[in-house]
Amino acid sequence: MHAQAETEGKPEIWQNEVYDLLRRNRVTQFAYVPDAGHKILIDRSLADPDVHSVALTTEEEGVALLAGADLGGERGVLLMQSSGVGNCVNMLSLINGGRFPFLALVSMRGDFGEGNPWQFPMGQATVPVLEAMGIRCLRAEHPAEALASVTAALTMVFQARRAVAVLFTQKLLGAKRF
Amino acid sequence: MEGHPAARGPANAAAPAAPAAPAAPRFVLDRREAVPALIGRHEDFLIVTGLAGTARDVAALTCDGAHTYTMAGAMGGACMIGLGLALARRDRRVLVVTGDGELLMNVGALATIAVMNPPNLAIVCVDNGHYGETGYQQSHTSLGVDLEKIAAGAGIQLTRTIEAADDLAAGGRLIREANAAAFVLLRVKPTEPPSFKRVMDPALCRDRFRAALLGS
Repeated sequence: MHAQAETEGKPEIWQNEVYDLLRRNRVTQFAYVPDAGHKILIDRSLADPDVHSVALTTEEEGVALLAGADLGGERGVLLMQSSGVGNCVNMLSLINGGRFPFLALVSMRGDFGEGNPWQFPMGQATVPVLEAMGIRCLRAEHPAEALASVTAALTMVFQARRAVAVLFTQKLLGAKRF
Repeated sequence: MEGHPAARGPANAAAPAAPAAPAAPRFVLDRREAVPALIGRHEDFLIVTGLAGTARDVAALTCDGAHTYTMAGAMGGACMIGLGLALARRDRRVLVVTGDGELLMNVGALATIAVMNPPNLAIVCVDNGHYGETGYQQSHTSLGVDLEKIAAGAGIQLTRTIEAADDLAAGGRLIREANAAAFVLLRVKPTEPPSFKRVMDPALCRDRFRAALLGS
């Protein structure tokens, strides 16, 4: 429990830093299905008059949205839970085939300390599914790692035109308590 | 139009009488004439299409122009590509031209677009009631599903159904002049779209589109 206690109460610090980092890198389209793990990023995007904060009905909409943003010269990020990765699979053909830059931040479930058995199948499949569709995965287990991974991903995505998902693990976020 | 089990619905003797059925949809326009007539001067738009039929409609109309992004996979994505593009380029009118099958795969996108309500985005659904690419199987829109009502129910304020040539001009004004997200259901008969050999490489199409629009 000690590791969890260390990260508890700190998401507001590192997640605000992640938001500022994304904005400094000219990310202006934030797409998401509401998610507790990304609450700060979502709320910051809603309060930011200089970005488009786009609530989705399903995560695959966000994949297509970000391709459209790129066609128009804007940068976007898809914020989703690991279960949402499963909803994206065929739409990632667009990213892979079109070599679109693609950045996703994934809050993990079915992971470290999970108490909901329904979350395990997709939690276990998240990395294999993303990698099968050509998305590189970077894991972040500590606040410092989160910032470093998002920094690395921004370079890989928008300079090298790759597709990258940063996985915010439950060691970082803390397992949801029921 | 009748005879499909799914179209009959459950019988319920205790239910109140159904209201008078609306006029049956008419799938009579020829897409090879109606789509060009509706769109008009295509250079005025950035255009995203669905798969198969609508990709061929637009490729033939524009000679596979660099202001178009046509798809051949990732079914269900056309409307949301259009939304991302419309949000990025408020200075341009963005037109999504997609089919009934492609739209049915992700009707939730209509809800997302209604909520964002970009004034520079219009969606044209070329509805032939069939999956032409896979052998003309009936789609849900031949069996009672009305995509204009779904768009209106999703919250898109400006919607219109066109099933006669006389209405094409009004539809053309809607997609050009609307000050909110707009949706036009263009009913056509299930006949072949124009044949046109377009570029099928999605990365090449992406680069071509951005080079023409952004110079990069």
